Amino acid sequence: MADVITYRAAVSEGIAREMRRDPSVVCLGEDIGAAGGVFKTTAGLFEEFGPTRIWDTPISEQAIVGAAMGAAMTGIRPVAEIMFSDFLACCWDYLANEIPKVRYMTGGQVTVPLVIRTANGGGLGFGAQHSQAVENWALTIPGLKIVAPSTPADVIGLMASAIRSDDPVVFFEHKGLFAGKGPLPPADHVVELGRASVVRPGDDVTLVALASTVHTALAAADELERDGISAEVVDLRCLIPMDLTTVLASVGKTSRLVTVEENPHQAGWGATVVSVVVDEGFELLDAPVRRVASANVPLPFADALEDQVIPTTDKVVAAVRSVVNY
Amino acid sequence: MSETTELLDLYERMAVIRRTEKAAYDMFLAGLVKGTTHLASGHEAVAVGASAALRPDDYVFATYRGHHHALARGATPEACLAELMQKSTGLCKAKGGSMHLTHAEGNMLGSYAIVGAHLPMAVGAAWSARLRGTEQVALAFFGDGATNIGAFHEALNLAAVWKLPVVFVCENNLYMEYTPIGAVTAVDRPAADRAPAYRMPAQVVDGNDVVLVREAVAAAVDRARAGDGPTVIEAETYRHYGHSRTDPATYRPAEEVERWLKHDPIDVARARLEALGVAPDEISVVDERATSTVAAAIAAAKAAPDADVAEAFTDVWADGGAQWRM
Repeated sequence: MADVITYRAAVSEGIAREMRRDPSVVCLGEDIGAAGGVFKTTAGLFEEFGPTRIWDTPISEQAIVGAAMGAAMTGIRPVAEIMFSDFLACCWDYLANEIPKVRYMTGGQVTVPLVIRTANGGGLGFGAQHSQAVENWALTIPGLKIVAPSTPADVIGLMASAIRSDDPVVFFEHKGLFAGKGPLPPADHVVELGRASVVRPGDDVTLVALASTVHTALAAADELERDGISAEVVDLRCLIPMDLTTVLASVGKTSRLVTVEENPHQAGWGATVVSVVVDEGFELLDAPVRRVASANVPLPFADALEDQVIPTTDKVVAAVRSVVNY
Repeated sequence: MSETTELLDLYERMAVIRRTEKAAYDMFLAGLVKGTTHLASGHEAVAVGASAALRPDDYVFATYRGHHHALARGATPEACLAELMQKSTGLCKAKGGSMHLTHAEGNMLGSYAIVGAHLPMAVGAAWSARLRGTEQVALAFFGDGATNIGAFHEALNLAAVWKLPVVFVCENNLYMEYTPIGAVTAVDRPAADRAPAYRMPAQVVDGNDVVLVREAVAAAVDRARAGDGPTVIEAETYRHYGHSRTDPATYRPAEEVERWLKHDPIDVARARLEALGVAPDEISVVDERATSTVAAAIAAAKAAPDADVAEAFTDVWADGGAQWRM
């Protein structure tokens, strides 16, 4: 069991590995210190690195992210936690106007090497203000890199790249995946930003997924296999840079595309994937593309209602059948 | 440096700012400056006095009314005017404009046009200085209007809780855009009266007297550098033009305008020089030098090539490029 780690523990492991190799990496956020984070994703960091590198903050999202930005411009690599991704709205000015623009609007005079980590997505019954998948919010803004890992190994490998990046990175950790387990990667494990992964090869349809929906897509692929439908599952891993080369190559093989997104259908990331595939790969397609995304409603509380709104295996299977039978 | 020599230097810096702002005003009317400008004529003593109290490696964060701050921290009039005129030699390669003048070489880390957003950044730069053990201080200039936005309060609280080396310098020019600050603020002194809530010392100072500003900021900088935490300085001043280009400032009572114009920061400095025994001719030499400095800057900016269109696609990322996909 020593070689297995949870997605939750992978977060602190990924941060700790970078803090050991680079003394300029410093963490700040609400309850991240002795408390270890409300999701225990920073457990052990305070004990190992102490109060000079792990800083508890007040409930001040603007101060957290704004201070991280000021520190990033002056020689520190801050890792800021925004407890729930819904709370990004409280400091949205920094994500929309300040952090992604300052390098550009100063003509390249400053660099902002920071990571904003945040717990994203549904599945835990926290209701409309603590369960949304908001990765598409970040996707509306040029100048942010966007990461959303699906496995513990990717959490560690992508955390290494995110913290080492000289660009600002928004790192979405999925709440529904925290308890999941996977292999513990070796000490030097680094996953480059912007490299999608074909997590299941297949011939008949390409499923493009991210974070939680990678697992939904894989479950759907298992079910479809029993009916003789071979689905290829692409884990996008990052929204920016977006690895459309891997997506187009997969569609070139399967001729069919279904995106599986937890963010709402309206302006969800799948729309960008689909628009590029249709634009650059129209001749590759043998069927219309389908997007399985969350419904365009606020996320409801009750499990039965949430299932109506978010992507489920059944919805993915139905979408795949519709394009395979086209 | 003798007191006289030093004051002559501060006087010249203010004179150069005044002439640069006048040039921006005139060239806007001539169609050579586009967009908008928020001129700082009348505010010169705050920028110059505060900057005189800083070390060259201290950090400065400013606002969209920030020409004087950039100039006071070493940006050249030519680079500032070239930026306003959309020239390739502009301070930010013509990608920032009037509201985003930045001179990172002088640790003047930007002018920000979302009110109050830079205050947490200054806190972060001060935190960074603490982490790196450099004894640098971060100074944020802001307007009276910024004292009613959340980021101001989050920044003051965090700076106080972490006892960071920050100096918050409010340029209280009595109006938040077109509205008297007193009409929309629950306290008499918009910045200074808020400081006690954060157990922070505050000082109200005549912002049109460069010597008094320098003394007040120097005391705050000493406190900060000694590890005694942040200070609020509220510098009372007055803008000679409207809020921005479209504002003739007719909402200001004539007698108020007249009173403040009689208390022009450049006249105040001149009176101090005369009291020190400096001959009018000697001051005239400085005035003429400031005039010729800015005249040369105007000529050079006019002669410079227009913005390089290729620059539209540089400086998004730290690698210099703008690639968003693979």
